[in-house]
Amino acid sequence: MAVLHLVNRSPQESRALEDCLVRAGESDAILLIENGVYAAVKGGDSEAVLKSAMGRVRFYALGPDLDARGVETSEVAETIRIVDYGGFVDLTVESRLVQSWF
Amino acid sequence: MRSAPRNGARVRESLDMAMTAAAFDQAVRLLMLDDGVFLLKRGQRFEPNGLKPVAPLFEALALYDVEDVFVERESLRGRHLTTEDLVIPVRVVERADIAGLTAEHDLVISC
Repeated sequence: MAVLHLVNRSPQESRALEDCLVRAGESDAILLIENGVYAAVKGGDSEAVLKSAMGRVRFYALGPDLDARGVETSEVAETIRIVDYGGFVDLTVESRLVQSWF
Repeated sequence: MRSAPRNGARVRESLDMAMTAAAFDQAVRLLMLDDGVFLLKRGQRFEPNGLKPVAPLFEALALYDVEDVFVERESLRGRHLTTEDLVIPVRVVERADIAGLTAEHDLVISC
């Protein structure tokens, strides 16, 4: 994969996720971390934002950050893969570049 | 650079990093997106509390051979700015070309 984008701000509080998605390249990966994981909750306002980029990029959410915020796996959209810290490392290694959006 | 922090510390540290890398013969380019374009706006003045404007810091970049400063066209347009409003010459890049521009580099640092 080309670029791993890290988004750590809540989608309701910041435009970081949308700003990232309009510039992300084909087959890039987006990893939601910290308050960024709130974008992974299905049924919320950010679902449409994620849908707009689905197919072009892949979405991941950091499991420990979901747990810390009380977001259950059942509340996370099926299109988002949940990774642990080891998965975070794997994504980093597989990517040519890592870019943070905050 | 994607935000317009008025306290200046972050801007100053980001530019220090860019100029340090350039001093060690690394090819450095800057890309201004979103509110980051405001950092370059002409006409910034001292605040009453003595805080300095940040735009003049960017004028030093050329001395360190950091001459490639890119600005996204959509970010400028959305803020009613043109390149004429900026303190340094910039290269304008389309939003659709940002991913390709990013891919040309070995390292990306978000400031």
